[in-house]
Amino acid sequence: MAAPAVIELDNLCKTYGDHRAVDHLSLSIQKREIFGLLGPNGAGKTTTILMMLGLTEPTSGSVRVCGIDPVRNPIEVKRKVGYLPDDVGFYHHMTGLENLLYTAALNGIPRAEAEKRAWELLEKVNLTDAARKKAGTYSRGMRQRLGLADVLMKRPEVIILDEPTLGIDPEGVRELLRLIRDLSRHEGITVLLSSHQLHHVQQICDRVGLFVGGRLLAEGNIERLAQQLFLQDAYVIHVVASPLDASLRSKIEAIPGVNKVEQTENGWDVYCQTDVSAAISQTIIEAGSSLFHLSRRDFGLDEIYHRYFEGRDVREGE
Amino acid sequence: MRASNEGRWANDVFSYVKRWSERLKAGALDEKKRARGANSAFSAMVKKELADYLTSWRMIILIALILLTCFGSLYTAMTTIRDALDSSEEAKEIAKGAYLFLKLFTVSDGTLPSFLTFVSFLGPLLGIALGFDAINSERNRGTLSRLMAQPIPRDYVINGKFVAALLLNAVLFFSLGLLVTALGILILGIPPTFEEFARMVCFLLLCLVYIAFWLNLGILFSVVFRQAATSALSSMAVWLFFNLFYSMIVEVFAKPFLQSDAITSVEQAVGRQELVLGLMRLSPSYLFNESTTALLSPDVRTLGIVTVEQTAGAVAAPLPFSQSLLLIWPQATALIAATLICFAIAYWLFMRQEIRASG
Repeated sequence: MAAPAVIELDNLCKTYGDHRAVDHLSLSIQKREIFGLLGPNGAGKTTTILMMLGLTEPTSGSVRVCGIDPVRNPIEVKRKVGYLPDDVGFYHHMTGLENLLYTAALNGIPRAEAEKRAWELLEKVNLTDAARKKAGTYSRGMRQRLGLADVLMKRPEVIILDEPTLGIDPEGVRELLRLIRDLSRHEGITVLLSSHQLHHVQQICDRVGLFVGGRLLAEGNIERLAQQLFLQDAYVIHVVASPLDASLRSKIEAIPGVNKVEQTENGWDVYCQTDVSAAISQTIIEAGSSLFHLSRRDFGLDEIYHRYFEGRDVREGE
Repeated sequence: MRASNEGRWANDVFSYVKRWSERLKAGALDEKKRARGANSAFSAMVKKELADYLTSWRMIILIALILLTCFGSLYTAMTTIRDALDSSEEAKEIAKGAYLFLKLFTVSDGTLPSFLTFVSFLGPLLGIALGFDAINSERNRGTLSRLMAQPIPRDYVINGKFVAALLLNAVLFFSLGLLVTALGILILGIPPTFEEFARMVCFLLLCLVYIAFWLNLGILFSVVFRQAATSALSSMAVWLFFNLFYSMIVEVFAKPFLQSDAITSVEQAVGRQELVLGLMRLSPSYLFNESTTALLSPDVRTLGIVTVEQTAGAVAAPLPFSQSLLLIWPQATALIAATLICFAIAYWLFMRQEIRASG
């Protein structure tokens, strides 16, 4: 029996007037998982997150976070869930440390304990030097890291990060992603992060959901995502051999599972349903050609994303 | 055999009851702890807001301005009264019966307006300055969504701001009032009677309600408008309108209305006067002026219009405190109601608004 999911969305809908921001979204996220909600701007990611926190009421459908219904009991949910908004702000006239202590006070953490935890977290996010500087002087990356510390003040079971990597330099992104991964691995915190930046998501997420126009198009790890979206051409195998002639091409095309063969600069791209690398190499060698290179091209999220949107007009026309 | 069965049964019941009582106790403790946690969160918010107000330049400047003008007006009032007192011994005797102490707030020698005028002018400004960016600044800085992600009820945010601002006002005005009392005793040498003191406390309470009205208007605009500047300008516009233009507009309308040839009887004339007065009373600043005048000058016997016949039998003596209170009861009620309505609208709008990091 599977453990109960930490976040469970069931047929969730949210409409603003005529606009359907979230459309029958069902999703479940397990404990200790890092889930990436991936989608373009305006796909309904933030709306979904707000519904999980009980800050917006769903039009229909149900949400459960840690087994609690955020519509009925938002405060209990917010005790267990930390949320980092996409453009997190702090009180400019207070220092980073004071901002953290204020959050602690709102969570009912006693002062002495709060101070200890604040210093621990500031060290973790590498802001010890800036702790006594006014938050107004912080750079975007520092603000984001302080935001992460702020979210962790209440020892959450789940953290929800909305576009955490937006507007941070590459070094800052790496640092932040490392922190997030550590949290999930060492402290058993479930992480849900939304983004439209693919490789960031790809680097750390266990599972990804592709979210477009309020609907979840596909979910799973990156391989499964590709299979779900491109039922036909799930694999592309790149072949370099000599000579490559028409008879060889027809032989390869005859292998079961191969859909098409395309000429590229220095070889062929074979699009196929299943991984038929072995059969291809065998065919080439039996045909008397010499095989120089054969590789399966893995789909990055970038490519998945790109290919999905490229093919969308065609698919919608069908 | 049977005995042991019964014993086991009794044991079961006993452990069951024990478990339940423990659970209940734990539940009660939990509940208490939670309530205490919520209280501490609210007081933390009020504390933070108060600290923000006290350290912001805006407030420091405004409070300095109020203190300066109030003490200036008090000084002129005191010199005027002292001069009058010094002129003759008789004056001192008369003064004792003439609510001299209250004159501190209302008398001026013409160079500086009286304390009352200053308060009715600067009080609303203070209220607006405290309220106009209450919610929208949190929203624009992106702190609102972070705040809302904490385990606190949503209304704590708006309640906390209101309570903190009101607390600041209460401390400011009561200390001001008590300082005036002390200075009055020191310089004039005439202690206030209990009645005078009670009138002063009521006056300060009215000031508080009046400022709370403008504060709530500010908060309301801070919920409605996303830009702090828009909210500040609209609050100032409302304040200017009621303080200056509203009475002018009513007068423009009243002039032909009251002097019309169509008036044929006394009743009609009185009716029209009353209508104009009623229109005037729609303005909170007019209500405030009426009620504070009645409180601070016991000689004011009525706030409406009186015909000559009605005054014929009246004794020209100051009203007792209870009668003055009775006189301003409707005005005070209307002011409190206006304050509550403003707050209720702001509260309702805030509770319904979307919390978004970027609006």
